[in-house]
Amino acid sequence: MSEFAGTCPLTRTQVIDQYFMEHRAKLLDLAAFLDRIERGQPDEIADPRDDFRIAQLLDATKVLDDGQGERARRVLEVFSDPTEQPLESAAGLKGASGAWAGHPTG
Amino acid sequence: MQYIDPHIHMVSRTTDDYARMAQAGCVAITEPAFWAGYDRSSPQGFYDYFRQLTDTEPKRAAQFGIEHYTWLCINPKEAEDLALAKDVLALIPDFLDQPNVLGIGEIGLNKNSRNELKVLEDHIALADATESLILVHTPHLEDKRKGTRLIMDAVERNGNIKPSRVLIDHVEEHTVKDVLDRGFWCGMTLYPDSKCTPQRAADILEMFGTERIWINSAGDWGNSDPLAVPKCHVEMLRRGHTAETIQKISLDNPRTFLGQSPRFNAK
Repeated sequence: MSEFAGTCPLTRTQVIDQYFMEHRAKLLDLAAFLDRIERGQPDEIADPRDDFRIAQLLDATKVLDDGQGERARRVLEVFSDPTEQPLESAAGLKGASGAWAGHPTG
Repeated sequence: MQYIDPHIHMVSRTTDDYARMAQAGCVAITEPAFWAGYDRSSPQGFYDYFRQLTDTEPKRAAQFGIEHYTWLCINPKEAEDLALAKDVLALIPDFLDQPNVLGIGEIGLNKNSRNELKVLEDHIALADATESLILVHTPHLEDKRKGTRLIMDAVERNGNIKPSRVLIDHVEEHTVKDVLDRGFWCGMTLYPDSKCTPQRAADILEMFGTERIWINSAGDWGNSDPLAVPKCHVEMLRRGHTAETIQKISLDNPRTFLGQSPRFNAK
């Protein structure tokens, strides 16, 4: 039993009733996005997993149905830089891509 | 329902946004200094920005009955240039006595580099020397978990700053517990794509409680929503949370943290 069991005031059925359609739509968006990549014009991406962002996205989907709790935390951790030391320099760097570039692809 | 948006960048927003926020119940905001979307070319650019934050923006907010407070710093995205950062830091003490300045912020890290960390430590030292509150920006997306830990380590290394006088902003599910466990305050930013949605913010409140935590819109020039805070309130009401709980996170908690500054008087 998760330490967070019972913290949402809604019943489980109420949660499903209230949020199912919204999340069904989000799942379809994800599926269509992956299809769109495969339908894209050929380039160096032979498989969607060749891009580190998609590799981590697909890894993160495994968290959804592994029977463990705290999925949101663990999905965020899939995308996170696991290193601990400061970067030598941020020269030329500004934004974030949403996934850690050091992640192995494929 | 009255509320405080404790992190929003009104210099990037229209007067219509002030009007809509006032209509939605906003009574006060705090506006940390941040990145303009481009690097300033000189310290003078920051001087002018600090004048805007301490003089122009409070007058604009007052037209709608909203109290305006601010935080000053050189943001981490422009902190890689140590010489620029040193010059900007030297400007800040002259502004700290302005009536709407609450402290140093939003300081922190962006890409978690050594220079960013050095400038963060210099800001922490300035806050220590001037007994100022600190508002912390934590890095975006993949850099957040590592950066949040480096930032908390840096505050603790200073040795003189009580964690109760530091708010670590932009927490998510993978950082909120560490921040609370180490005694800091934390903020959840409500963004459409990154950071927290109103639904996830409500989830985090349910899981981690309502002590030392607030929500904010961080509305700015990017993809953001200046009405995100009242929208999160609606989400909480939809789940059966009480008006008292909402008041706790959006009025009482901001007043408690910000009230540690003698300049905050939004009672």
